[in-house]
Amino acid sequence: MTGELGQLALCFALGLSLVMAAAGLAGSRADKTNNGAATARAIANGSAMGLLVFVALAFGCLVTAFVTSDFSVADVANNSHTLKPLIYKITGVWGNHEGSMLLWVLVLSLYAGAVAAMQRGGERLTSAALGIQGLLAAAFLAFILFTSNPFLRLDPAPFEGAGLNPLLQDPGLAVHPPMLYAGYVGLSASFSYAAAALLVGEAGWARAARPFMLIAWIALTCGIALGSWWAYYELGWGGFWFWDPVENASLMPWLIATALLHSALATEKSGAFSTWTLLLAIAGFSMSLIGTFLVRSGVLSSVHAFASDPTRGFFIMVLIAGAIGGALALFAWRAPTLQGGAAFDTVSRETTLLLNNVFLVAACACVFVGTLYPLALDALTGTKISVGPPYYALTFAPIFFALLLLVPLGPRLSWRRADWRTALRPLYPALGLAGLAAIVVLALASPRTLAGTAAFAVAGWLIGASLVEARQRRGAQAAAFAAVLAHAGLGVTLMGVAGTTLWRSEALDVMGPGDIMHVGPYTLRFDGVTAVDGPNYQAQRAHVALIDGGRAVAMMEPEKRVYPAEGQDVSDTAIRTTILRDLYLALGDDRGGGRFVLRAYVSPLAPLIWLGALVMALGGALSLWGRLMVRAPAPAAQALPAE
Amino acid sequence: MTPKKKRRIAFAAALVVAGAGAAVLIVGALKDNVLYFYSPSDVAAKHVAPGVAFRIGGLVEKASVRHGGGADVHFVVTDGRGSVPVAYDGVLPALFREGQGVVALGALNGTGTFDATEVLAKHDEKYMPPEVVQALKRSGRWKEGQ
Repeated sequence: MTGELGQLALCFALGLSLVMAAAGLAGSRADKTNNGAATARAIANGSAMGLLVFVALAFGCLVTAFVTSDFSVADVANNSHTLKPLIYKITGVWGNHEGSMLLWVLVLSLYAGAVAAMQRGGERLTSAALGIQGLLAAAFLAFILFTSNPFLRLDPAPFEGAGLNPLLQDPGLAVHPPMLYAGYVGLSASFSYAAAALLVGEAGWARAARPFMLIAWIALTCGIALGSWWAYYELGWGGFWFWDPVENASLMPWLIATALLHSALATEKSGAFSTWTLLLAIAGFSMSLIGTFLVRSGVLSSVHAFASDPTRGFFIMVLIAGAIGGALALFAWRAPTLQGGAAFDTVSRETTLLLNNVFLVAACACVFVGTLYPLALDALTGTKISVGPPYYALTFAPIFFALLLLVPLGPRLSWRRADWRTALRPLYPALGLAGLAAIVVLALASPRTLAGTAAFAVAGWLIGASLVEARQRRGAQAAAFAAVLAHAGLGVTLMGVAGTTLWRSEALDVMGPGDIMHVGPYTLRFDGVTAVDGPNYQAQRAHVALIDGGRAVAMMEPEKRVYPAEGQDVSDTAIRTTILRDLYLALGDDRGGGRFVLRAYVSPLAPLIWLGALVMALGGALSLWGRLMVRAPAPAAQALPAE
Repeated sequence: MTPKKKRRIAFAAALVVAGAGAAVLIVGALKDNVLYFYSPSDVAAKHVAPGVAFRIGGLVEKASVRHGGGADVHFVVTDGRGSVPVAYDGVLPALFREGQGVVALGALNGTGTFDATEVLAKHDEKYMPPEVVQALKRSGRWKEGQ
């Protein structure tokens, strides 16, 4: 029954999304006697809530089918198994194409519900935004119902399911997709607000959409960090970022969302860059859509490519073309009518935000070309190439580096017009910290590299400037520390990236019982392998002793797991961290006679990569807190702006 | 010129400069840093020079996998029409099997052996790297439903 109920709920949701689209757009007109705009707005608000209820019901039905292992539902039979632990039965709901698209629409409906509930930016703007959100929901619901229905039945029902890719049976991956979707789809709210602003001619949209931009950015930051952390500990290569097209698909919206957050700040404050900010809001969600297309259409070969059905790829293409083309057409038609902002001087915060945007968009362009050029070349000439880390080291890295150099300047300069001498003088201690970091790295690290020294100097500059800023803002509201934290987080991540990339040591050998391996400062003793049974896998568990002063001080147990239901093996790494350094073990092939290949890495500062991302996300959360909790407008005569 | 116009021009100029800068970086980097994909028969036909990095893909030839004394391993990649010996020092992916698809990254050495720096196998038993499928189709070794 749950299957049919879910199907029915989806059909109702599609109907409601169409009602919401029509009513929302009708309600965005100015009120005149008897034109029914007020009634239309009430209908749009109501259908947003209805949409949320029905999509949630459909999602609940699919979760129930997975939890009860109802293999008469094709999606469950193809992607689940009775022996899977409960948590992976639930997360398996979005570990496949159909379920993940339903999750996508659920998140979209959540945002629509929030837009309707909060009514930010006035009734007409909200109504128009709901109209756009309704169009998007209708398109994706149609996509699900016509090409990717998760509730299709199998007759007869198989006795057992095919299982879930064991790589995806992991706690990190339980949270990663919903988090990333909250980010991807969160950009739909900014997109809808931007389109609504164009329709209604409302200049205050940037303020209205700000909480949604922040939520999307926080979620993207966390989602990307989780994905990279998963790749680090699960894939057994010791790397944290592979410039894989699928990773790039999540990085591009993040870069644009970051640019949007900064540009919208200027738009909100002084009306500067008003059209540019609209364009960024459109571009941000476009990147999300392109990311979805890249990841889900099967044009890329990866663990994420669930679908390889050409009709789906075609449908998503049409959807992307409609959304992006429509928004850009609306932009071309309406943007010239919007009011421009006040003028600003060459030395002002606006200029630094402008540079921020220019660098971020250029960085995004590099990733875009690196990701899509191989696909285009293959389609046009049949030549197969791949673009790897060296390309990004030569393009993305220098642009992002230049951006980081400028980051501390922005918050110091005032709006409109600033005196750079008085504004920058307090940053001297940060310069000192940068120099100190460079000297420490030159003294301690081997090999000495220019890139490493520069990275630590810039990290010192970022963190130092944040400390200066935090000191100056003592006693201010929590939201005043948002940028301080986010910028410091960048410095922390940069140290982690430089540490692991430049100073990682590696050892690889065939080890029999009692054999000793040296890696970095550590000595390891291989104590053999035992067989262990998990809930739905069999593992070979290695016992490796960490030796210090002739004694075993700790045991590490990397595993190789075989999942019989899925016919696949997966390595489970063992990581021992001191925050400043990770010792990382992965178990390789069985070479017979109790001998196994063992790979060990020592990655200096690796945990800082994700710690920094967490700090950035916390910065975003502080800003969001300030926006949602503090209702009263900030006092005008504040010494320093709140963000 | 009004300040507003001035600002617009400054904005456009900044975008053009940044765009040009990014374009120069991108074109320069793409010239030397793309990896081509060759099947074993391509390697023979195109006379790929030693030392040029590329990716090779095909099937691991049956009974060709030999382990050395350490973690090194030797195997042969074939597409039915051509084959190339591969040497690799590292941990093979969990799904590396004789007779199944594989993609390796590296370069030919002077003796015609492909020194791999990275070996990738498919993610699960249903999945085959698309490049390998096409290479096999071209050499006539692909059977539908494989």
